[in-house]
Amino acid sequence: MSAASTGTGTTDPTTMSALALARAVRQRELSAREVTTAHLARIAAFDKGERGLNAFLRTDEAGALAAADAVDAKVARGEDPGVLAGVPVGLKDLFVTENLETTCASKILQGWIPPYDGTAVARLRAAGAIIVGKLNMDEFAMGSSNENSAFGPCRNPWDPTRVTGGSSGGSAAAVAAGFCPITLGTDTGGSIRQPAALTGVLGIKPTYGRVSRYGVVAFASSLDQVGPFAGCVEDLALALEVISGHDPLDATSIVEAPSALGPALAAGGRPQGLAGLTVGLPREYFIPGTDAEVDAAVRAAIRELESAGARVIDVSLPHTPHALATYYLIAPAECSSNLARFDGVRYGRRVQPPGGDLAAMYQATREAGFGDEVKRRIMLGTYALRSGYYDAYYRKAQQVRTLIADDFRKVFASCDAVATPTSPTAAFKIGEKTADPVQMYLADVFTLSCNLAGLPGMSIPCGFTRAGLPIGLQLMGRPLGEAALFQLAAAYAARTDHARRRPTLALEAA
Amino acid sequence: MAITRDEVKEIAELARLSLSDEEVTRFTGQLGSILEHIDALSALDTTGIEPTTHAVPMDCPLREDVAGAALPAERALAAAPVRSGDFFEVPKFVSGS
Repeated sequence: MSAASTGTGTTDPTTMSALALARAVRQRELSAREVTTAHLARIAAFDKGERGLNAFLRTDEAGALAAADAVDAKVARGEDPGVLAGVPVGLKDLFVTENLETTCASKILQGWIPPYDGTAVARLRAAGAIIVGKLNMDEFAMGSSNENSAFGPCRNPWDPTRVTGGSSGGSAAAVAAGFCPITLGTDTGGSIRQPAALTGVLGIKPTYGRVSRYGVVAFASSLDQVGPFAGCVEDLALALEVISGHDPLDATSIVEAPSALGPALAAGGRPQGLAGLTVGLPREYFIPGTDAEVDAAVRAAIRELESAGARVIDVSLPHTPHALATYYLIAPAECSSNLARFDGVRYGRRVQPPGGDLAAMYQATREAGFGDEVKRRIMLGTYALRSGYYDAYYRKAQQVRTLIADDFRKVFASCDAVATPTSPTAAFKIGEKTADPVQMYLADVFTLSCNLAGLPGMSIPCGFTRAGLPIGLQLMGRPLGEAALFQLAAAYAARTDHARRRPTLALEAA
Repeated sequence: MAITRDEVKEIAELARLSLSDEEVTRFTGQLGSILEHIDALSALDTTGIEPTTHAVPMDCPLREDVAGAALPAERALAAAPVRSGDFFEVPKFVSGS
């Protein structure tokens, strides 16, 4: 990252944490406008053009500056501007945003201006956050590399010839590149954790139901969950607390109020801060297919947790090898149903063949609007749900889902969390896996079970390969057991500096 | 289980996709190799196992039966590809008068 100081001798806002920015804005050391302008300038310099990262599909300068001025006016009047006062935030482009184009990185929604804000977005705005723009992703969140975007792949800030991971690739890259300290993504099978690992930032998929899905374009409704990315554990906790909580507009929203994360962060930060916690190592996640450097970094991270007082035990999640097949029945089945709404009638693109009837309009619209991976998954889901095949495929997968969830229930009787690699490899080359869908699906082999079981899962940076690519450690916890994950992450952050390393972007090096 | 070209065409029809010949060929191969992986599940004995629809147990929430604020028609219709008065307009799909 660029030098921490600017010519005026003040700290460059793009190197500061969200917590530090909000504090500075509330104490009038920085204005929200200055903070916003600095981040927009960094985005303009490093994200746009031929050599840019392509993390943002669009920025909203006017909206962001207006929101920043409103925060500054509140501060001037002595009103509470919120815990995220003046903090620039980016949103994966499947969060519905009032008056700001939302495309899901798909041609079928190109040009769509939603008439309302989703709940997570509304909560961010109410907390004083500045929405700076919408972030690149795999089309409709289907993918593990961000290469399925209709608007081009997002490049990895650590090596622009490599992928960011996906589907929330833009959200991960934006934090890694210092474009904004907090972003939101969604995670259906690893779409927050895997890109967080591949770009060296933190990301959490909360317990299913902790964060409202209202105003989030649905992919697989029983698996989708909203979560934040951040550059440090304190910012991640802050963002999660702002967006968490019951929402009557989401029928799957958990009514019980989630516990505060502050005490867990404080506990983890103390010497021997993990005393009393037990971490399980599931043997099915430590397998020969994992890259040796990834395996070594993850094992070293687990030793750090142990030296911070955690008890580490070997455990087994025996149905893990079936997670991939189970996921690739359930997620496409739900997607084929959810994506039926994109039919050219109420919003988005319509393609009308001359003289064609309604069915011809549906077919032409969907054929022109959807990319390959989305079509593949709609087809797979339609196949699995087809009359006569339902019991053999969809129902079978739901039964195996029960077995996978039971595995975790048994393990969590003796553990507070399990630790695994987030991804079997570091970031791969752009184009390396695009020809073979099965190879691409295997990139999520360690993250899928967490969604099937509805558990919270976090990825934290735990080292680098010799080539300088980030590696992620995955921590999974009990339902609503996020506090244990934050305690572990805080203890790890107190003992290592992996999360503090930032990439030097190509143009900065020149 | 391998999937045939005809099955791919039939599923595309059900999913309201009009695939090109090239897409039918490509998807037949790709879906076949995905289904090969998926078919491994059939070896697992799941007799008597309850299916999971949602991982987190939940009741169907109810609310008071009172009208709340709704999106004004003008806002709801603003993104319509084709509108007619206060309606979304679609091509004719019933015959006769």
